[in-house]
Amino acid sequence: MRNFISERANSIPPSGIRKFFDLALTMEDVISLGVGEPDFRTPWNICESSIYSIEQGVTSYTPNKGLPALRETLSSHLKQQYNLHYNSDDEIIITSGVSEALDIAIRAIVDPGDEVLIAQPSYVSYAPCVTLAGGLPVPVECTEADNFKLNPDTLQEKITRKTKGLMINFPNNPTGAVMNRKDLEAIADIIIDNDLLLITDEVYAELTYDGRHVAAGTVSDLWERTITLNGFSKAYAMTGWRVGYLCAPKDLCEAALKIHQYVMLCAPVMGQIGALEAIRSAEEDKNTMVNEYRLRRNMFVSGLNRVGLPTHVPEGAFYAFPSVKGTGLSDTEFAERLLKEQRVAVVPGSVFGVGGDYHLRCAYAVSRKQLTEALGRIETFLNGL
Amino acid sequence: MDEKDLELLRILEDNSRLSADEIATMTKLTSAEVEVRIHALEDAGVIRKYTTVINWEMAGNSEVASIIELKVSPERDFGYDRIAERLSRFRQVKTLRLMTGTYDLQLLVTGKNMQEVSRFVSEHVAPMDRIRETATHIIMKSYKENGNVLFEQQEAERLPYSF
Repeated sequence: MRNFISERANSIPPSGIRKFFDLALTMEDVISLGVGEPDFRTPWNICESSIYSIEQGVTSYTPNKGLPALRETLSSHLKQQYNLHYNSDDEIIITSGVSEALDIAIRAIVDPGDEVLIAQPSYVSYAPCVTLAGGLPVPVECTEADNFKLNPDTLQEKITRKTKGLMINFPNNPTGAVMNRKDLEAIADIIIDNDLLLITDEVYAELTYDGRHVAAGTVSDLWERTITLNGFSKAYAMTGWRVGYLCAPKDLCEAALKIHQYVMLCAPVMGQIGALEAIRSAEEDKNTMVNEYRLRRNMFVSGLNRVGLPTHVPEGAFYAFPSVKGTGLSDTEFAERLLKEQRVAVVPGSVFGVGGDYHLRCAYAVSRKQLTEALGRIETFLNGL
Repeated sequence: MDEKDLELLRILEDNSRLSADEIATMTKLTSAEVEVRIHALEDAGVIRKYTTVINWEMAGNSEVASIIELKVSPERDFGYDRIAERLSRFRQVKTLRLMTGTYDLQLLVTGKNMQEVSRFVSEHVAPMDRIRETATHIIMKSYKENGNVLFEQQEAERLPYSF
């Protein structure tokens, strides 16, 4: 029999640390700081409206772009929240999570051979999505010295004749870094001068703790060359609902919509109903969760620094990204031994690409009690080194 | 009262047993600042008391609680205040509110058993001047108190990791 697996599928790396985390599954009494999702339940009014709609028989396809009511509400929400202007008719697509939005955005713009710059450390799917679209992912390192922000000089250096676009994610998974307006203006000039497209994944926008989130699409003249991705998973504790959205100027949006309609048709209707309710009435729930994350962040980051793992203050998302350089262990060794010896699961930073090595991603989306316990165990581990 | 005070209140309302040190690391204040602020909030009467939410049913306590609705004739110059203040002095009255709607005052009354509650209502509350009518409702089971769910909730299964 032939080997049926495509070269393209072969070319994307499998997750190297899966085995290591499967180990965590078999162990008792593990505190997992490895989960990139809220530990809160979805606010009940959201669940209730979705349940009711199912009872009413609302179980069919929606328009490809998503329910009109959701797009309209979202359009005014984006305007009000971030001063981000997208027309609900032809500039917004509701997707099955940001993951799908990312895929169709990249496939809409990448031709074989195109280079796409990816600000790293980054979420693990960006580079493989570019590869699957036939493009070449090119990492741009965001260093700890820059507080993990994207440095304009580093960006400039990586641009070639083949560079088509730049992919960023702030507030960032895994570093928690945030780009303020000034930071974004500094890279905007380079993007515009080199005629690049910007894909910005802003799924952690609502989880910004010091000041307000600045949407990249509102910075200088970026709007016309920006695809904004966002979703409901993180802000409203709705990871399993799989609802995200893609916003872009009409031409780009139409191109992405063609792909969306063939591969996904539409996002699940019950998820869309829930998302609509989230914008309409879960503001208070969201604020309560964000406040709690802020308290945990302050407590956990000061705790990590106290026990001897230097950690910059993450201004957004729910990840702390401590450095383990001083311990003499690599991030992978540290994470493996910490799990085996003290039963605390964290994700080695090198998983997230360049700039991530010698760091750990610790999600503080667990209770304060667990965070305190985890800090104690990390301290014990460090004392035993 | 500033944003930090409100933050302290929210933290304490959720868990009043946290130490000043613990609160300090969460709020980026020093623990001395936390203490000064909490004392000020106590002195001003914003913080009334530190208490515990207890599931008495689980503790094996068979105390009876009832909601009592009262129709009251208000007094000239005082409205409902004087009679409400008088009622609130009874140890048995745990909560007392003035309501809109078909009745005026609502009492939450607890007692060791039904007899005790009914004796309290018939001997102390009903005969009071200006109380025109009473209606007593026994609480059969409490599912949620002051934002705290009292029944066991199943923890949703979480993945051990995700990126």
